[in-house]
Amino acid sequence: MSATAIPRVHTPPPPDPPVRPAKHYINATSGLASWLLTVDHKRITILYLISITIFFAIGGFFAMLVRLELITPQGDLMTAETYNRSFSMHGIAMVFFFLIPSIPATLGNFLVPIMCGARDLAFPKINLLSWYCFIVGAVFALATAFMGGVDTGWTFYTPYSSTYANGAVLTAILGAFFAGFSSILTGLNFIVTIHKMRAPGLTWFRMPLFLWAMYATSIIQILGTPVVAITLILVGLERGLGFGFFDPKLGGDPILMQHLFWFYSHPAVYVMILPPLGVMSELTAAFCRRRVYGYHFVALSSVAIAVISFIVWGHHLFTSGQSVYAGMVFSVLTFLVGIPSAIKVFNWMATMFKASISFEAPMIYAFGFIGLFTIGGVTGLFLATLGLDIHMHDTYFVVAHFHYIMVGSAIFSYMGGLHYWWPKITGKLYNDTLGCISAVLIFLGFNATFFPQFILGYMGMPRRYHAYPAEFQFLNICSSLGATLLAVGYVLPAIYFTWSLFKGKDAGPNPFKAKGLEWEIPSPPPTENFTKVPVVNSEPYDYAPGAGH
Amino acid sequence: MWNFPLFPDAASSMAGQVDALYFFLVAVSLFFTVLIFAGCGYFAIKFKRVDENFIPAGQKDNMVLEVVWSVIPFFITLVMFAWGAVIFFRVYTPPEGAMEMYAVGKQWMWKTQHPEGHREINELHVPVGRDIKMTMTTEDVIHSFFIPAFRVKKDVVPGKYTTMWFKPTKVGKYHLFCAEYCGNQHSGMIGSVHVMEPADYEAWLAGVNRGETMAQAGERLFTRLGCASCHQEDNKGRCPTLKDIYSKPVPLQNGQRVIADESYLRESILKPQAKIVAGYQNQEMPTFQGQVSEDGLLQIVAYIKTLTKPDAVAAVAAPAAAAPKPATKGGNKK
Ligand code: HEC
Ligand SMILES: [Cu+2]
Ligand SMILES: [Cu+2]
Repeated sequence: MSATAIPRVHTPPPPDPPVRPAKHYINATSGLASWLLTVDHKRITILYLISITIFFAIGGFFAMLVRLELITPQGDLMTAETYNRSFSMHGIAMVFFFLIPSIPATLGNFLVPIMCGARDLAFPKINLLSWYCFIVGAVFALATAFMGGVDTGWTFYTPYSSTYANGAVLTAILGAFFAGFSSILTGLNFIVTIHKMRAPGLTWFRMPLFLWAMYATSIIQILGTPVVAITLILVGLERGLGFGFFDPKLGGDPILMQHLFWFYSHPAVYVMILPPLGVMSELTAAFCRRRVYGYHFVALSSVAIAVISFIVWGHHLFTSGQSVYAGMVFSVLTFLVGIPSAIKVFNWMATMFKASISFEAPMIYAFGFIGLFTIGGVTGLFLATLGLDIHMHDTYFVVAHFHYIMVGSAIFSYMGGLHYWWPKITGKLYNDTLGCISAVLIFLGFNATFFPQFILGYMGMPRRYHAYPAEFQFLNICSSLGATLLAVGYVLPAIYFTWSLFKGKDAGPNPFKAKGLEWEIPSPPPTENFTKVPVVNSEPYDYAPGAGH
Repeated sequence: MWNFPLFPDAASSMAGQVDALYFFLVAVSLFFTVLIFAGCGYFAIKFKRVDENFIPAGQKDNMVLEVVWSVIPFFITLVMFAWGAVIFFRVYTPPEGAMEMYAVGKQWMWKTQHPEGHREINELHVPVGRDIKMTMTTEDVIHSFFIPAFRVKKDVVPGKYTTMWFKPTKVGKYHLFCAEYCGNQHSGMIGSVHVMEPADYEAWLAGVNRGETMAQAGERLFTRLGCASCHQEDNKGRCPTLKDIYSKPVPLQNGQRVIADESYLRESILKPQAKIVAGYQNQEMPTFQGQVSEDGLLQIVAYIKTLTKPDAVAAVAAPAAAAPKPATKGGNKK
């Protein structure tokens, strides 16, 4: 069947040539104080963007140390202690200070009000407060690094963390604690904004899917984060003051800590992946020029994921001695939470069917996302399968699986979103060819780094090993080589994004000819976003008006 | 590094079953991955944008389609679940009459002990073809006892016993890893499991083993710590007899019943007040927390086990996980 068989609707030729407004949120006021004390959600986006990029670089640096050490089986590049501190700092920096805030605090902060047709978030000052919470947490995290780091891993398992570990455990815990509060405040702000500040006509089922995803994420943030915050405080109390919560020598129960920790930290995986899923829906629609197929299912699957994600935490404890029957319940629930994710992938594919797919950098990232998310998703099924998890738990299979989801997929979507909305945020166009090249490089580098780890895992190589038996070396070398490619892929966007700020062409309000409230205002937008409150009287993504119902 | 296997040795009765399930999942995963990759690739080429102004027609959502692609994966995952659960249950349910071995984790070594009394460090010698049940704990932090070639793993947790079992099927030397991060020398907490022909095993054990069995050592401790002064043959109601209690239900003062497995015996010694035997609420047993090492505790437990006639054990060798069941039943009645 050829494309010509499809009925065509012609849009009028593009209107005005791209222009950059004279006054916008970036130059509205000037001076450092005007940035550090800003309550404009768009400026706070920039503050977050800079902060989390720094942490991405720090986390990446430690990852590099880890991969370098693992090139040889002997622990020869650094001591075991340095190695353990490196992977711990890598995990803490990446999870608490990059991945959890990544999309919500940057793209979410920028887009939630605009997509709602609002002038700002419901509580602009709380939004600023959340950034300061993040910074306080960041200072503790950096202090931890300067005090020599911690070697507990990002999971802080007791009684190791509370009684046995050396290093700045308390400082690290406080860092994660404050970062957690920044996340709670962001979630709170989003929920209220989405409930209360939608423009006239913007009903729930007219919201872009990104808003649905942010809403679901926010629910997890405000319900789950307090639990991990308290858990970390309990670990701190046991360590600092000798209160017995988790150490059996003090009358505590070490497994209790794992339950509390994963009660948040499993849903936290969805704090990291739901926003990317939302971004993906936006990218698919924009670059297919198509309403997202099965809109209602995609929207509600986000909520379903958020709800079910709270009752699967026990899948991290299959080998901990938890009862066999509890294991079975958690296993079946874990399979269940996979279904809404599958629904999304199938719906995106259906959206592409007979669409008009454009190969620009954001869409290349979106394709990469689907690839990595599929592999990450199906390998999750292995770990949910009780009989297999006994063998695979705490091996490199787990490391590979969660990197495919939390790093591969999440970062692909984050990068895709950043490329898609970069012209809106900065008003500038980057070099699209370089964008496509970086997407391909990261995709290849990522798979070269992490695919060998699946094989290593099934062979039985445990995670967090400083030295390892010689027969694992070949695959470890493959992995380290892949990581080099990956690093190049990440550096490239840093270069052409920076270049675009100075030399890039003006983007104009809607360079991708996409639908959505954010594309109806100038790039960069004015401080108040909309001069006139917009009225929404159509479905989202109405590229072919009236379609789908 | 040029000798790199891509698949682990399979050396236990469980390995084949786990691998079969693994290949089933690999097949299903490959099917869906190829389907999605091919679909996206095909659509990407076929529906590439050629005309800048072309707007594709909208599609109608199809409820049937949505249900189909939710329900089919769901049923496939149910198969994975059921198959996985069966294997899980097998791996964590030690068979009756298994040979008993003991392991204590400690930063950063594995101390193993044979019932005959021989101790090893970072090594475990076992005969091929025998069911072997491990009873394990740790002196400090959580570790995890992992033998990839057997496809089994179990965390060892301070303050309690965890158990697992395996049946080696191939003579050879296999890795023993600590899988749960436990600090500085975590990756040094590795050793080997030596699977031997039964005759070789007997000969090896006879060669290395000197001194008393675990039960004899336990009996000596039992006397030295003064347990014997209360728990005598003719205890005249002062305290319960320890004869024939192992793996049997014990009625508690609060109306519940627990199976007297290793963990219960351990708790009875360290925290006697946690579960009080029915009829003995007025008799205090002192706690022995801090007075016995983990090794010593295992020896006492091994000794108490010998007080139970073997046929009596077999009758009630319920899975450890099933133990709480009768307990909760009683508890719910209240
Ligand atoms: C002062 C007397 C006394 C001493 C000494 C004593 N026990 Fe006990 N033990 C008791 C009493 C009384 C009970 C029953 C009450 C309870 O369950 O706490 C009991 C219960 C037990 C039980 C549970 C028995 C059942 O039927 O479930 C075990 C096992 C046990 N003791 C082992 C030991 C060991 C091992 C030692 C030495 C390390 C020891 N006891 C020392 C008095 C004593
Ligand atoms: Cu989880
Ligand atoms: Cu360890």
